[in-house]
Amino acid sequence: MFQVRIHGRGGQGVVTAAEMLSVAAFLEGKHAQAFPSFGSERMGAPVVAFCRIADKEIRLREPIQNPDAVIVQDPTLFKALDVAEGLDPQGYLIVNTAKSFAELHVEAILARIPPRHALTSPATELAMKYVRRPAPNTALLGAFAASVGIVSLDSVLEAIRRAFPGKVGEANVEAAKAAHALVTAKAAA
Amino acid sequence: MNDVQKLKFYQKGTLTVGNRLVDEAERTVQASLARSNSLTSGHRACQGCGEALGARYAIDAAMRATGGDLIAVNATGCLEVFTTPYPETSWQMPWMHSLFGNAAAVATGVAAAMRVTKRETRVVAQGGDGGTTDIGFGCLSGMFERNDDVLYICYDNEGYMNTGVQRSSATPPTARTATTPTLGPEPGNVFGTGKFVPKIAVAHEIPFVATASVADLHDLEAKVTKAMGFRGARYIQINVPCPLGWGAASHDTVKLARLAIETGLFPIFEAEHGRVTDVRKIRRKTPVVEYLKLQRRFAHLFRDGREDPRVARLQALADKRIAEYGLLEAEG
Amino acid sequence: MLEQIEGSKAMARTIGLCRPQVVCAYPITPQTHIVEGLGDLVRLGRLENCEFINVESEFAALSVAIGASAAGARAYTATASQGLLFMAEAVYNAAGLGLPIVMTLGNRAIGAPINIWNDHSDAMALRESGWIQLFAETNQEAADLHIQAFRLAEELSVPTMVCVDGFILTHAVERVDIPDQASVDAYLPPYEPMQILDPEDPISIGAMVGPDAFTEVRYLQYFKQHTALALIEKLAAEFQRRFGRACGGLLRQYETADAELIVVAMGSLNGTIKDVIDEMRADGVSVGLVTLVTFRPFPTRALREALARARNVIVIDKALDVGMGGPLASNVAIAMRGLPQAPAMHSAIVGLGGRPVPKASLHRLFRQATIQPWEGPHFLDLNERVVAREIHRRGKARRAGPAAEAILKQLERERQAKIAERAP
Repeated sequence: MFQVRIHGRGGQGVVTAAEMLSVAAFLEGKHAQAFPSFGSERMGAPVVAFCRIADKEIRLREPIQNPDAVIVQDPTLFKALDVAEGLDPQGYLIVNTAKSFAELHVEAILARIPPRHALTSPATELAMKYVRRPAPNTALLGAFAASVGIVSLDSVLEAIRRAFPGKVGEANVEAAKAAHALVTAKAAA
Repeated sequence: MNDVQKLKFYQKGTLTVGNRLVDEAERTVQASLARSNSLTSGHRACQGCGEALGARYAIDAAMRATGGDLIAVNATGCLEVFTTPYPETSWQMPWMHSLFGNAAAVATGVAAAMRVTKRETRVVAQGGDGGTTDIGFGCLSGMFERNDDVLYICYDNEGYMNTGVQRSSATPPTARTATTPTLGPEPGNVFGTGKFVPKIAVAHEIPFVATASVADLHDLEAKVTKAMGFRGARYIQINVPCPLGWGAASHDTVKLARLAIETGLFPIFEAEHGRVTDVRKIRRKTPVVEYLKLQRRFAHLFRDGREDPRVARLQALADKRIAEYGLLEAEG
Repeated sequence: MLEQIEGSKAMARTIGLCRPQVVCAYPITPQTHIVEGLGDLVRLGRLENCEFINVESEFAALSVAIGASAAGARAYTATASQGLLFMAEAVYNAAGLGLPIVMTLGNRAIGAPINIWNDHSDAMALRESGWIQLFAETNQEAADLHIQAFRLAEELSVPTMVCVDGFILTHAVERVDIPDQASVDAYLPPYEPMQILDPEDPISIGAMVGPDAFTEVRYLQYFKQHTALALIEKLAAEFQRRFGRACGGLLRQYETADAELIVVAMGSLNGTIKDVIDEMRADGVSVGLVTLVTFRPFPTRALREALARARNVIVIDKALDVGMGGPLASNVAIAMRGLPQAPAMHSAIVGLGGRPVPKASLHRLFRQATIQPWEGPHFLDLNERVVAREIHRRGKARRAGPAAEAILKQLERERQAKIAERAP
């Protein structure tokens, strides 16, 4: 079972991100479970959502304590809580930022996982460019697909189209593709 | 040469002027042998019960208007209790009692079921003032707001009679009830409280609102009939004296109902979509004292041969209602 | 058809397939998405012959359903927690009148203190009302149970509530097989009322019944619940034949054949417990699980049989009968009475107000039953330090201030201390 925990703030589409990821896994014939950590919803408050992906029925329902991947949609959260709590030593960390990790001062977290498993993605900037809204979730899923490899980019794009029909969906698809391309380019370099 | 005197025949159906003056078409439903008698004899109401009278009048009229295609939903209260003493029922039409405060909502459900099962049967909800103005108020307002196709009839005897005569928000000021006893500095029900639901019904701008009384059978039947001609939410409040609760003689029921009208305390009017369209003029304005003196619930106002100053306030209340609804003929 | 879908929406679609004729509900977290989903289906014309009514309170919602059902329409509503209590009078009324209304209960804690998260206190509060109560383990079962519920309710003329863990199931997105209309139609025929308001054949419904007949009327309700036990199993078997899925029924057993320790639980937590059981068995511990699907009528005999050979039984309650302990535990204890070698029963109160129940805690709990058995309710993951501190604080002054505030402050202090410890 692969467990993903997504951190963000209310209004950034954290819950939708988890759902889209689960749909992407479903499209590949996998079992997937997505759910939010149910807090009082208000714009700007820290929000967590979870997604489990497995090849057989997922029976476990507790919040993800030991994620295999953590996606951080808002880097200001590093100061608010330990977003990487329980992250597996072989786990992935994907952070929405145009800065470098050095500028984020999260060395303690980076030290816990393989260097290749930590990556940044300028998801908000890409979202502004393609979707004209600062919703980084779809771009981050593109980056996730590129680095983690548990779901393909095509599945992610189809999940995005199902969540956002029409032109909005296509714009988000472009953002995801761009984020994906950035990660694969960096990996090749 | 004598002045020409104007004569008004009020009661065409009585022996005073002779029944033969009343056209067949104008005769009441009650006058007909073919009336449905929806609330048939054998029920356990008190002698002289105004509500038993009012309910029979109203439902028979509704049955005539709908060709007998009618379902009634009843709130808990006197009417429900005395008409269905297990294992008997005095209802000769489909009738349901659920709870005290939900008659309006249950009626909404029945009406919805009729629509969805493609039946034309109409729905009447009924309850006393307790079940309507107090505990049932939320559901009533909801039904009004949705404009559900329900006629709600409130039999207003101004208190929770079935449970031993407690005060409701329809109880008039100064009246004695078990929870507004004649003790303390302001004996009986206090001024400055109470609500008049017909006015609130009018404010909901529903298709039809009316008040009626067991003292005027023609008017009551006409209003129920007219109401059944509308679709959507409708409300009729019928003033029904309660001999037991009011401390009145059981033979005075209709007289008291008439006096309530003639003093102005119970205004008879009708309204459509938020505007009053007609009122029943008072024929002979009567001082409230004549009404109060027949009821022991007001006896404390006349102790030791003195008249409590609040009688004047009640008179002022009556005068205010007369002015508000224009219940007197213009002079001249 | 298999879909990756939010639990609420799966339920809305499935309920829509059951052809409800009157749907009325008042919004309350966490059931809102179900009713909204049904409302959408009606507006889009995908659910025909259905009146969707926006009501002004939960009391009105169930009352509208009562009127609709008595007048011959298939009626549905949904609520949770406070809403269920607000309609409590109508809940008993519907059961007493024998109206086959189906209601989804998005299990949620009852205040005060106000809490929007999952536990079973709402279902427990109305367990004596005479409604059939079914608990779903997964969203697939949540959807499927509604189909069975309509059929069950209408065959017996007993209202039925389908209990679905709020948020944990209602707001989770997972795979659900939504059946097709033809299959549902074949399983669930049109509603044929046992009583109906009809001018052609007028009856009076809801008359007063005095001391001379009330006991008999209530006994007949009790008898119907008893009849339901067999019917529930029969309908579940028929469901499996037609839809190919095992769900519903009275209870399910997981690894209980030789189990010395058996856990009894209801709802979504069963999934997590199964994972724990697999892990413990891999470690050589003899443990199994009974998942109770039907809570009312309580399947006393089936449960007795399932638990008869265990040495220890742990009952997991997601609710608290405040003056007594675990309500499910009380019922299970009764079921085990008179067994020749009755298992020792241990009661655990878990997940109140939506507190997550992690696997690690369950591991500890299950092991404890055999190492250090307890009898009275054990509150899983109780912060004993905070509680002790609060009890002490309250003993010092009469007007000690709100307990919740003091507890939260103390928890925050502990959290900050933990962060400080970890800082370089």
